[in-house]
Amino acid sequence: MVEAHSAAAAVGATDPALLALAGKAAWAILLTPLICAVAILLVGIHRKSFAMAAAVGGLATSLICTLFLFFQASQGHLAVPFEVSVTWISLGGLSIPFGVLIDNLSLIMTLVVTGIGSGIFLYSVGYMHDDAAASRYFGMLSLFAFSILTIVLSTNWIQLFIGWELVGFCSYMLIGHWYAKPSAAAAGNKAFIVNRVADFGFIIGILWLWSVSSTASDDRTVHFATLMARLPVLVESGAVPVATLSVIGLLLFCGPVGKSAQFPLHVWLPDAMEGPTPVSALIHAATMVAAGVYMLCRTFWLFEMIPSTLNVILYVGAATAFLAAALGFAENDLKRILAFSTLSQLGYMVMAIGLGGPVAAMYHLTTHACFKALLFLGAGSVIHGTHEQNIWKLGGLTRSMRWTSLTFLIGSLALIGFPGLSGFFSKDEILVLAREHNLPIYLLATLTAGMTAFYTGRLWFVAFMGKGHAHGHESPPVMLGPLFFLAGLSVVAGYIGIPAWLGEHHEAFHWDVALTSTAAVAAGVTISWLLYSKRAIAAGSLVRALALPQSFVENRYYIDDIYTWYVQNIQQKIIAAGCAWFEQNIIIGAVNAVAALAQGLGRLLRLFQTGVVQTYVLVFVAGVLWLITRYLAVR
Amino acid sequence: MVTVTHYVVASAALFCIGLAGVMSRRNVLMILLCVELMLNAANLLFVAYSKAWGNLHGQMIVFFVITVAAAEVTVGLAIAILMMRQRNTLDADAVQSMKW
Amino acid sequence: MAETVFFYIFTSLMLAAAIAVVRHRSPMYSVLSLLVVMFCLSGLFVMLGAYFLAAIQVLLYAGAVLVLFLYVLMLLNLSPDSLNRANVFIQPVAGITAAGLLFVALCRVATQSPLPPTPTVAQPGTIEALGRLLFRDYLLPFELTSFLILAAIIGAVTLAKGKSPS
Repeated sequence: MVEAHSAAAAVGATDPALLALAGKAAWAILLTPLICAVAILLVGIHRKSFAMAAAVGGLATSLICTLFLFFQASQGHLAVPFEVSVTWISLGGLSIPFGVLIDNLSLIMTLVVTGIGSGIFLYSVGYMHDDAAASRYFGMLSLFAFSILTIVLSTNWIQLFIGWELVGFCSYMLIGHWYAKPSAAAAGNKAFIVNRVADFGFIIGILWLWSVSSTASDDRTVHFATLMARLPVLVESGAVPVATLSVIGLLLFCGPVGKSAQFPLHVWLPDAMEGPTPVSALIHAATMVAAGVYMLCRTFWLFEMIPSTLNVILYVGAATAFLAAALGFAENDLKRILAFSTLSQLGYMVMAIGLGGPVAAMYHLTTHACFKALLFLGAGSVIHGTHEQNIWKLGGLTRSMRWTSLTFLIGSLALIGFPGLSGFFSKDEILVLAREHNLPIYLLATLTAGMTAFYTGRLWFVAFMGKGHAHGHESPPVMLGPLFFLAGLSVVAGYIGIPAWLGEHHEAFHWDVALTSTAAVAAGVTISWLLYSKRAIAAGSLVRALALPQSFVENRYYIDDIYTWYVQNIQQKIIAAGCAWFEQNIIIGAVNAVAALAQGLGRLLRLFQTGVVQTYVLVFVAGVLWLITRYLAVR
Repeated sequence: MVTVTHYVVASAALFCIGLAGVMSRRNVLMILLCVELMLNAANLLFVAYSKAWGNLHGQMIVFFVITVAAAEVTVGLAIAILMMRQRNTLDADAVQSMKW
Repeated sequence: MAETVFFYIFTSLMLAAAIAVVRHRSPMYSVLSLLVVMFCLSGLFVMLGAYFLAAIQVLLYAGAVLVLFLYVLMLLNLSPDSLNRANVFIQPVAGITAAGLLFVALCRVATQSPLPPTPTVAQPGTIEALGRLLFRDYLLPFELTSFLILAAIIGAVTLAKGKSPS
């Protein structure tokens, strides 16, 4: 059943032995975390150390296989893209493969997932050491790794959707890991339900795309490579109007809006910070929320045919980037500030897609995964050491937690785009794109970069530099190790040529764009320094002066309130009540009517049961006579 | 010359006499006796055709019919005894508790 | 010629006895008439070459089944009242009409159906021939009848045993 074949477009032949080995490695990447997850959930639920070892070992195996494939591909020994797959469901006219697609895009994303994931798994060993339910946590973490790899390595829409839903489920389980806490349970529900709303549009988009994908000679398909070759032809011949494709694109974009927490479905991500911090780092910063962006890059051949949809994507991304950055100004929770920052950066990536630059988006995704995971793990280290999340109650951490502070500083600088660090390069790519295509968006993006610098500076000056003396202790080496590893990645990720790997010829460095954004960043940092460290400007008077926007931001634009009002007043009172009425009166009425009909017929029929044997015989004989006359007539 | 058709008509006559008895008599013992008549009419038919076809399978079936008839009579008579004991009647119409 | 004579003698006697079975008021006479029917049938079986079945017919029906009937009749000791209940008029009329119609229909079937081809060699139903068939081709049904008879015995005993009236 397993068939390994190299795509025709690939240059250079692959040694058959290597191809067979690469196929095995590709399956191993995907399936090892699943096997570990099953093992943990079946036999390791009361064996904490086994669970930890299995989870870390499983993902490390995936990482090694990924590195093997990566080096074979980068050395040119292995022709990419190549696919291994099995036919999973085969019905008449519908064939769904399940497999692994290895190309440059999926390799870089797999490296992000398994590499950063391994670091975070290792960190979790220290962070969750005293947790009673650590086995469940590691089981879910392994299952999550399998799910996200299912998305990343997917060869078709259905497999992608399955992984998509699985990561949603794992996210739900891990946000609600401390389910005894009502806020954590509610946050898990919220994340799940908001994503359901988005996925509703997503699945309709997938099915619609499938339904229009047939040609005269070929059946409908969900397979990426086939669709990629077929769609331009279909559009060219007019079989699929561009307008239809645009609507399909919008429906498909619903998925990333939910999963990558774009405006206006971003509401679940800040609440998702109720989960353990390594979960926030892995799922809600580095990988799962980036899956939406990855999906857009993976299927960019579809979106580049529909400029109108790309425009929508652009404005949604830009709005998310700007509005989320503003929300970071008024937040006091360490992790939630980082969550809003994640939202804002995801907005950048989506914006890059909208500008027609999947490479820039993937670049920023990769660097962001490094430094945002680093920031979250640093925050986790702080929480682990001080048991405090409010930045105003922290302070002076540079003294008590020296190494955590150092790595956190590196992460912050990478985030704001300090020249020379990874965030600087990737953000710069997006800004260049924006300046080429859309000047207002460029200005907004540059402003957002400044705002990012402001709230990051605020976080740093208040929580780490401040006068306070938070009583903390430095974290154990098992937690510091991943911090150093990610800090190193955050520094070097800008230099290893990710855009070239993804197939973009690096253009000349745009000094003007770089200088402008650096100026904006410098301004942001300076203002926050003046406000929170030097206290040259009294923050209180500023707040009073900006009372209206302040309250707007503090309440997160009242979006949660609007949703609550909608659910309470429209959904519950009108839609749900209407459905209940329909159920009670129409459906149950119809069911009862059928039952009454059967009962009435039964009443009628039982009159034939006289209880006198001779009557039965008479009827029987009449039947026999009728049969005989029929027989005689026919003959 | 006696053909198979003669036997068939004789069998049909015997069967219909039995049927008339089943339909008109109310005593369960009589009904059982008339059922025996009908079974024997069928037996006659089987034996007649067994000869006409020149093999013994028809006679074999008669053998089994006799066996089944014996079993049926045994149970039927047991039920008659039970009826007599419980209802003090052999009238088939009197047993109507399964009606409706 | 003798065959035809015997056929009509046996058949007319058998049908007359059968009508007597149906018509007679007393079950006792009905049973005895049935005995006559059985003997006539046995004669017809002999004419058809079914010698073993003819013997079985007399032995089993006359010897076992009808004796059982008589035994039960005597056991129940029916009072004349229970037998002389007037029939509803409609019942015999319906019965005779239905039976008559069926007879007409069956006769038409008998006359119109194609006859089987005349066999070259007639096989007499001797014990030997039937025994070979019974214990070779019909072994499984034969064994299964033992279950049927066992079930009938158990059923009869269970039904007729009854409970002692408390």
